[in-house]
Amino acid sequence: MAVYEVKPAKVPPLGERGAIAWVRHRLLSSPFNILFTILGIAVLAMIIPPFVKWAILDANFVGHTKADCTGDGACWVFIHEKLKMFIYGFYPEAELWRAKLTIALAILTLIALKFTRLRWIKIGMIVLLPIAAIILLHGGVFGLPLVETSKWGGLLLTLVISTVGIVLSFPIGVLLALGRQSRLPIIKTLSVFYIELIRGVPLITVLFMASVILPLFFPEGINFDKLVRALIGITFFEAAYIAENIRGGLQAIPKGQYEAADALGLGYWQKMRLVILPQAIKVAIPNLVGSFISLFKDTSLVMIIGLFDLLAMVQLTANDRDWLGMETEGYVFVAFVFWIFTFGMSFYSKRLEKQLDTNNRD
Amino acid sequence: MATTKKDFSEHMIELQGVNKWYGDFHVLKDINLNVGRGEIVVVAGPSGSGKSTMIRCINRLEEYQEGSIKVKGVEVNADVKNLREVRANVAMVFQHFNLFPHLSILDNLTLAPEWVYNKPKKEAVETAMHFLERVNIADQADKYPNQLSGGQQQRVAIARALCKSPDIMLFDEPTSALDPEMIGEVLDVMISLAEEGKTMVTVTHEMGFARKVADRVIFMDAGQIIEENDPETFFNHPESDRLKLFLEQILDH
Repeated sequence: MAVYEVKPAKVPPLGERGAIAWVRHRLLSSPFNILFTILGIAVLAMIIPPFVKWAILDANFVGHTKADCTGDGACWVFIHEKLKMFIYGFYPEAELWRAKLTIALAILTLIALKFTRLRWIKIGMIVLLPIAAIILLHGGVFGLPLVETSKWGGLLLTLVISTVGIVLSFPIGVLLALGRQSRLPIIKTLSVFYIELIRGVPLITVLFMASVILPLFFPEGINFDKLVRALIGITFFEAAYIAENIRGGLQAIPKGQYEAADALGLGYWQKMRLVILPQAIKVAIPNLVGSFISLFKDTSLVMIIGLFDLLAMVQLTANDRDWLGMETEGYVFVAFVFWIFTFGMSFYSKRLEKQLDTNNRD
Repeated sequence: MATTKKDFSEHMIELQGVNKWYGDFHVLKDINLNVGRGEIVVVAGPSGSGKSTMIRCINRLEEYQEGSIKVKGVEVNADVKNLREVRANVAMVFQHFNLFPHLSILDNLTLAPEWVYNKPKKEAVETAMHFLERVNIADQADKYPNQLSGGQQQRVAIARALCKSPDIMLFDEPTSALDPEMIGEVLDVMISLAEEGKTMVTVTHEMGFARKVADRVIFMDAGQIIEENDPETFFNHPESDRLKLFLEQILDH
């Protein structure tokens, strides 16, 4: 028998540390991996230089007309000249401050959300923002001249549709998810039926239905705004997906959590609100953000019912006689804007996940 | 049952002819059991004997199909008002602690007092800290459950159960999921509760605990109560063959 000394921890060998280890393990760990690394670099080398040449080196940045674009590269003058169209659509020049104020409000709200700790105030802000935005944009009250929704367009419209869609569909989705788990057969059946029906139908169909068929159910003379119809369609469409995401989260919650809440005396809604849903939504965040990103991109489908969102603006502006043939610049620009927003969403969701992770916090 | 000095004539829990089935499987067979005020009852038996199911029927985590269960005279049934009253009187500690991982230790303790029993926040926090001190874990109040060891988590769970000042504590195998070196700290807390005169029904395999604090030990097998006695008689003079076999299996090491 023997007794051994406690040994101090040593640093790992050089090849297992830092950048060297990363390159060895990630890029050059096996012949296949080496092959893929070389292939990857080759593909990047083929794509990136020509694009940089077109988009930056040979591009034209200054000027006011198509004639100013003399180089071989992209004509960003087009984007610059049509920027107002891309952002606000046909929103009247004189009322443009309202659209700007709305966007400023949205940004301020996002910043305020970051610094607010009380959950009720947060929820209040999230609910109030769309209401304030609609009043401000639509007008017709408080002495603001009416701006019909057919004049809204571009990025503004894309943001309105996706924000309203996300904010409104979330509570409906939560209720549907709870309904699907309900022990009451009627509620359960209705929820399942709704979710499966909506999930079986493409968004385009839902938009057509909301746009063409919905008005048939109302008496003549009552005419719903086209945008409102689209919003209703998108909200109810998105709710089904949210419901499924949250159901996934609910299934990850162990039975013991329900039992502990029951044993403490919490009622059904208290149990759900305080114990189950906070955990379920946390688990569902990656999927929820995935759905929100899909929704954000899918808003471009409203083009087919005659609303002019950011993507539709490309066709519209490139049809301008003075700017024919500018689709490429338009699409690249729009793709970049979409990417900024979707990347922002997924970046935020990563941070949120980390922030809410109570498992490994020190 | 041997006579004891304590008086258990006031019944806190009454089970009469309780029967329960899972589908066709008869899990509880004609259970009759009364637990007096301040009585410490330990329920032992092989796994699958229905002992956990029985105590989970007392606060209606499980439903039963026949018979009656009363807690302080209130029938345990689907009636929402009754259920509220029963669950206010009965607290439960689980095998897997079941703390809420998204809430801090302190918030775990104040949740029910604040939302169910409408205590002001300040009072709820004071009560919570009092019971956290009681289980020697007040310094961890701001941490989250998963940062604590199993033994610490179970002590928090006991403190959480105590926060609503229940008359009755149910323990469902409170030490079965713990590493061996942490069983002691949890049993110590349970023993001090027992000495304080709390009514306790404990499902456990800790026969040392049963010997030390139980007023009555119950042996269950195949969904029924086979034998019940004071600990001294239960362990030293078991009557039924099944209990003899069971005791041999768990004690002969």
